[in-house]
Amino acid sequence: MKHLLGIADLDASELDHLLGLTDHFVEVSRRRMPKVPALQGRTVCWLFYEDSTRTKLSFEQAAKRLSADTLNFTVSSSSVRKGESLRDTVETIEAMGVDAIVVRHGSAGVPTQVSRWVSASVVNAGDGWHEHPTQALLDCYTIREQLGSLDGTRIAIVGDIAHSRVARSDVWAFTKLGAEVTLVAPTTLLPPSLDGWPVRVDQSLDRVLPHVDVVYLLRMQQERMTEALLPTLREYTARWGLTRRRVDQLAEKAIVMHPGPMNRGVEIAADVADLPRAVVIDQVRNGVAVRMAVLYELLGAGSIVVTDPKEIRVPEVNT
Amino acid sequence: MNLPKVVIRGGRVVDRSGERTADVAIDGGRIVAVDTNLAPGSGDLVLDAAGCLVMPGFVDVHAHLRQPGKEEAETIETGARAAALGGYTCIVAMPNTTPAIDSAGVVREVLELGRDTCCDVRTSAAITVGRAGQQLTPMAELAELGVRLFTDDGSGVQDVRLMRRAMEYARGLDVTLAQHCEDEALSAGGHMNEGVVSARLGIPGQPAEAEELMVMRDIALARLTGAKVHFQHLSTAGSIAMVRAAKGGGLNVTCEATPHHFTLTDERCSGFDPVFKVNPPLRTAGDVAAVRAGLADGSIDCIATDHAPHAPEEKERPFDQAPPGMLGLETALGLALTHLDVTPGQLVGLLSSRPAAIVGVSEQHGGPVAAGRPANLCVVDPAASWAVDADALASRSRNTPFAGMKLNGQVRHTLLWGEPVVRDGEAQR
Amino acid sequence: MADRERRSTPPFGGVFVSRSQVLDGDDVRRAIWRMAHEVIEANHGLDNVVVVGLQTGGIPFAAELAQALEKIDGGAPPLGSLDVAFHRDDIGLRPVLPSAVTEIPFDLSGQIVVLVDDVLFTGRTIRAALDAVHSYGRPRSVQLAVMVDRGHRELPIRPDYVGKNLPTRRDEVVNATVDGVDLGEMLK
Repeated sequence: MKHLLGIADLDASELDHLLGLTDHFVEVSRRRMPKVPALQGRTVCWLFYEDSTRTKLSFEQAAKRLSADTLNFTVSSSSVRKGESLRDTVETIEAMGVDAIVVRHGSAGVPTQVSRWVSASVVNAGDGWHEHPTQALLDCYTIREQLGSLDGTRIAIVGDIAHSRVARSDVWAFTKLGAEVTLVAPTTLLPPSLDGWPVRVDQSLDRVLPHVDVVYLLRMQQERMTEALLPTLREYTARWGLTRRRVDQLAEKAIVMHPGPMNRGVEIAADVADLPRAVVIDQVRNGVAVRMAVLYELLGAGSIVVTDPKEIRVPEVNT
Repeated sequence: MNLPKVVIRGGRVVDRSGERTADVAIDGGRIVAVDTNLAPGSGDLVLDAAGCLVMPGFVDVHAHLRQPGKEEAETIETGARAAALGGYTCIVAMPNTTPAIDSAGVVREVLELGRDTCCDVRTSAAITVGRAGQQLTPMAELAELGVRLFTDDGSGVQDVRLMRRAMEYARGLDVTLAQHCEDEALSAGGHMNEGVVSARLGIPGQPAEAEELMVMRDIALARLTGAKVHFQHLSTAGSIAMVRAAKGGGLNVTCEATPHHFTLTDERCSGFDPVFKVNPPLRTAGDVAAVRAGLADGSIDCIATDHAPHAPEEKERPFDQAPPGMLGLETALGLALTHLDVTPGQLVGLLSSRPAAIVGVSEQHGGPVAAGRPANLCVVDPAASWAVDADALASRSRNTPFAGMKLNGQVRHTLLWGEPVVRDGEAQR
Repeated sequence: MADRERRSTPPFGGVFVSRSQVLDGDDVRRAIWRMAHEVIEANHGLDNVVVVGLQTGGIPFAAELAQALEKIDGGAPPLGSLDVAFHRDDIGLRPVLPSAVTEIPFDLSGQIVVLVDDVLFTGRTIRAALDAVHSYGRPRSVQLAVMVDRGHRELPIRPDYVGKNLPTRRDEVVNATVDGVDLGEMLK
């Protein structure tokens, strides 16, 4: 695997492989000294055009635990002139000698474009509404950890599907691993076409809740009100918010998930967010291990990086 | 200029009247004879046309030459050269330059820059000042300078009342109003076709209705005002069906379609390469089929390239920030020959005679290939197989969506007023 | 044989074909029994002794050794397993993937860690294991028990307890299981 640009490019066995690798890094994270020298001497660069504390910190922690060096190219909105040459920026970074570039951008497709211009590995940390593959991986890992397997698991994804890269990545990941996915959203917040999406759709959260094992809540953003997609936030919460009353409809073992940050009182009631069945903290914790697995897979596990084999005398066997 | 006498030998002459094997002799910028076995005199330039079609030079009613204002992407000179290599002897420049072509001064500048290039460069002018959609341009004055086509291309005229007034005024001047059909209220924020692909990719799209609503509107206004209306770059099955019906009802409207709209679908956007970003956007397979059918049955009058050069760094921006537009002049013929199910005679209609009629240059361009006519011709080898190489194009820019594609059909020679501006596939100046 | 040996030896991922058997199952059991006595002798008992098998080839031997120690001494030493993939020095030079997840559910600080592996060859795996072990605390000491020492060390690593010293050619392959030790080669 050279890049991680989207879940759409991966098949079930590749997903399983990454989740399996994550088990190892969960163990590493439990050690007294939770650090391995695996990516010593490798450099990972953060190219974050969009603000994101939690994803960035998670990747940063993952890189450090693998002993990789990190470079930071966080572009603040004032320092970027709109349309500043992306290609120039990326080629400059590569010239400094990096092995991987982790890209987050407000425009769909930027990580894919970047991967065409550099020889380093590219990781998509979120691009516009398109994909957020590491989020989907940690979501899958958390579901497996909590419920054992994704095969046959019934998952409801609730909220602004149309504008959500998390929703897209999750739909591909969950269904590839055998889950049954139902989208619950007001019609204005569904994508213009669901052709080819292996999902069911239901407008009624109340109807869906008793029959799912996982409720996955998406953030409801204020901007949707100004675009005339929703009349009011209050209406959204009344019909699609996970209130205390709604949580009580859930099966006993059903869990509640959220990619964060949560809007308490909007898509999730404040007291619901703190229930034991809300596993948001587990998602965050697993996020570091998942990102370690991804970085390791791209830079250690599958790739042979020596360009001139004659320069290095590699022993035949390594026992 | 002292033009040599030219004889085009061994080709098959094709024009509106049909096909025949014949040589063509040219002197003083005009065709002097079209017959078999014309013997060239000593000193005459002989252009070999064995295996080739000899056709009236093509006419592109829709090309962005970027001058004045964006010369790093293209100049009138480089655009004219690209056109000649594509078999075009006449092109009409679009007015979305900086400044816009909305006044006599800029019209004169463009025409002046176009003189002495290897193509007959005409220009359209904007319908509204600055293409801002508020105030009409001095159409009568500009018509006197030779402008036959008015369009705000790059955008459509949004204000219905203004469009009605423009049509009424234009009818009195016997000029054609061309519309880039795009309802901005519906298309706003859309960077590709709204549909299955855009939903999967997470790119905001514009629905087919953004184009169709304005087609519907302008057909109604054309009926109301009696103006001559030409619909630019139609891309949806719905638009084409409406124009077909309007024509069937006797309305004097014409329309064009681009090569990219009869060959590419929105699936091409899956790799997020802005080379495939264009306005109107690439649509679905059903729309592509409708465009081909429209070209075959005559509902679509002509092929227009909508040649839209952009400097490489512009097309290397994120998909939603990159400007829309694709090159077209050098690939139109090859795409038409490779992908359209039409006869050479129909091809002449689509590429040459019909567009010439729409912009009023039928005296000089569009055929027939007959003694007395101006020698604006192209010689095409329909069997020549070639691969599109973005770096080998004469255009200043590289944004062709057809890079790497294998095409059948290449221009061998192009003659402008009797001068071979392209010989054996090479531009002569 | 160690999966890692199989995976890294050309033809990569081939099949081991035995040319001669060096030890049979009984020989192996006797050797383990002897080594267990040596461990108890060297450490004056089993206080603070823990046994850690290296993935994957060392695991069955570690289990046998722990069992033997229990039979002799009466108390069962804590037993763990360690995958050293992430500490190897050839990551990036060739594909390196871990086998099974490490399980060391106890603190190694102040303990005598007896690492157990099937075959000792270049010594690089043991170096990686020494590195890995320190992630779990600072051991009092680390000792090494191997079923077979086949020579060709590339690092200054030496075993404390050896089942069998077996001189080999570099291109030969050693397969050591609790049922016997064979010398042979890899075939696709």
